[in-house]
Amino acid sequence: MKKLISAPYLLWAAVFIVVPLIMVAYFAFFDNGKFTLEYVSSVAQYSNIFVRSIWLAAVATVICLIIAYPIAFILTRMERSYQSTMLMLVMLPMWMNFLLRTYAWMTLLGNNGVINNFLGFFGLGPFKMLNTSGAVVLGMVYNYLPFMILPLYTVMEKIDVSVLEAAQDLGCNSANTLMRVVLPLSLPGVMSGITMVFVPAISTFIISRMLGGGGNLLIGDLIEMQFLGNSYNPNLGASIALVLMVIILLIMTIMNQFDDDGDRVLM
Amino acid sequence: MKNNIISLQNISVAFDGERILNDINLDIKDKEFVTLLGPSGCGKTTTLRIIGGFLTPDGGTVKFEGKEINNAPPHKRNINTVFQRYALFPHLNVYENIAFGLKVKKLPDKEINERVGKMLELVNLKGFEKRSINRLSGGQQQRVAIARALVNEPKVLLLDEPLGALDLKLRKEMQTELKRIQQRLEITFIYVTHDQEEALTMSDTVVVMNNGNIQQIGSPVDIYNEPINAFVADFIGESNILNGRMIKDLLVEISGREFECVDKGFGEDVPVDVVIRPEDIKIISPDNAKINGVVQSVTFKGVHYEMVIEAYDFKWLVHSTKAAEVGSNVGLDFDPYDIHIMKKMEVEA
Repeated sequence: MKKLISAPYLLWAAVFIVVPLIMVAYFAFFDNGKFTLEYVSSVAQYSNIFVRSIWLAAVATVICLIIAYPIAFILTRMERSYQSTMLMLVMLPMWMNFLLRTYAWMTLLGNNGVINNFLGFFGLGPFKMLNTSGAVVLGMVYNYLPFMILPLYTVMEKIDVSVLEAAQDLGCNSANTLMRVVLPLSLPGVMSGITMVFVPAISTFIISRMLGGGGNLLIGDLIEMQFLGNSYNPNLGASIALVLMVIILLIMTIMNQFDDDGDRVLM
Repeated sequence: MKNNIISLQNISVAFDGERILNDINLDIKDKEFVTLLGPSGCGKTTTLRIIGGFLTPDGGTVKFEGKEINNAPPHKRNINTVFQRYALFPHLNVYENIAFGLKVKKLPDKEINERVGKMLELVNLKGFEKRSINRLSGGQQQRVAIARALVNEPKVLLLDEPLGALDLKLRKEMQTELKRIQQRLEITFIYVTHDQEEALTMSDTVVVMNNGNIQQIGSPVDIYNEPINAFVADFIGESNILNGRMIKDLLVEISGREFECVDKGFGEDVPVDVVIRPEDIKIISPDNAKINGVVQSVTFKGVHYEMVIEAYDFKWLVHSTKAAEVGSNVGLDFDPYDIHIMKKMEVEA
C-alpha cells in the first residue's frame, strides 16, 4: 500500500530529477555517442570564473548572514502581532519580479543613476558602482536575504525563552547567552540559510549580467552562453554544470561537518 | 534568630494596566524552605521572577541580604532557578548542562569536574554524564535542572512548580528528595506551587497568595489549623465554610444553633465565616445532635468515605472512615476547637 502511494512521487523523481541528471552527465562525457573527456577537462580553463563565482557567492552569503542573524533574532523577540507584519515585509520584495528588482538597482547604481545624481548635488562623484563585483554582491545580498532570514527565524522561534532565562540565571550576560546558547541552538538555521543563499548565488547569471557588466562573468553566465549564446556548445555547458554541482556538493559536505548535532541540512 | 535573606517591600507589578501584585511585603529567612502557594494567576510566579531578576517591579524594593537589588540582572544575583519546564539546554548533554554555570564563570576544569560529580551524586544521576537531554525521563530532566542550579552554590534556590509535569508517585518521591537536598545543603528554597499538599509536606513557611495579595504567612500547621480567612481555609484542604454569627466571645451561631467555640475578640453579634474541616465532623445519632441532615452521597476515597450531608440548606462535606447510608438521617457534631471563626472576607472585585 505504502509503495502504491509513493509510486507517483518516485515516477516524478525519476522522470524529472534522475533522467535529466543522467542526460547532463551524458552530454558532458559523450559527443555524438562517443565517450570523451575533452569537455570536462576543458572546464579547467575557466577556473578563474569558478573562483570568482565561489568568492562572490561566499561574500554575499556571509554578508547575508551578518545582516539576517540579528534581524531574525529581534523578530523572534517581538510581540506576535508585530512578528507576522515584519515577516510579511521581509517576504514582500520576493513577490516582485526578480528581473524588475535587479533592474531597479541598475537605475540606482548607474553613473547617471539616482545615487550618483544625489551625490552630485554635494559635488561628489560620480562613482563607478554599476558593473563592478561590488554591485554583483549587492544584487545577490538584496535578492537572497529573505532566504537567509526565514530559516534563521524558523529555528530561533523554537528556542524557548526560558532557556535564555536559564542561561542568564546561570551567569550569562547577553553576549554569553548569544555565544553559548542562541548560536549553538540556531546552527541548523544558519546551515540551511547558508545553503539557500549560496547555491542560487553561485549559479546566478541575471544578477551578474545586469549589475556586473562584462567584466564579472559568473559560472551561470558561462553555462547560459553555451546553450543560448553565440558560442553554442551544449557539451561544454553540461560539463561546467556537472563540475559546478560537484563543487557545491563538496562545499555542502564540508559545511555539514560543522553541524555536529546531526540535523540534516537542506540541500 | 535567623536573618532575612530576601525582603520584598511594597512590591507591586501591573501588566497592561492589570494589577498582578498588590503591595507585597514578604521576608524570607535564611535556610528556610518557603512555599508560595495559590491558584494560578495569583501572582506567585511573578513574585518568584522578581526575586530571580527576570522582572523589575513597578514599585517597591527587593532586598538581598539587606542590599537593594531591584535592578541587578539575573546573572549578578547569587540566586539560581529551577524552571517550570526545566529549560535544559537541548544542545548539551547532562554533564555539560550541569557544568554550564561553572564554565561561564571560567572555573578550572578540575574544579568543575569535581563539583559536577558531587551534584550528579546528590541527585542520583551518576553514570548519566554523557546522556543527551532528550533521552531522559521527566524525573531525570528534573534532577538535571536541580543539579544545574545547585552546582553554582546559590544562597537561594527558586523553584517554579518543578514537579508539575511529573506523575503522582514520582512527585511524592521528589518532594522528599527536595526536602532532603534542602536540609543537607542548608540553603534557602523558595518554592512555587498550586498544590496545597506539596506545600504542607515540604515547607517551613507557607505563603498563601490570591489575586496579587498575600493572604497568610505561617507554618504548615498554623495555616491548616488556623486559616486566617475563608479563602485560605478553602484553598488549604477541603472545608465547610458557613455563614455564622458571633453572639459573644466563645459562642457562635451556625445554622440557627448555638455552639461553644474557642475564639474571641470578634465583638458581639458580628457576622463571621465559620470553617469546619470535613474530617473534624463526627456523625452521631440524630436524636442528640444539634444539626440533623440527610445523606446525599457517599464516595469511597480510599482511606475515608466522603459524604455530602444536607442540613438547613447547607451541603456539609464530611470525611469519615465509616459510611452512612444514602438517604438516611444523621446528626452532625464537632468539638469547640474544631470550629474556626474568621472575619468575613472583603468582597472581591
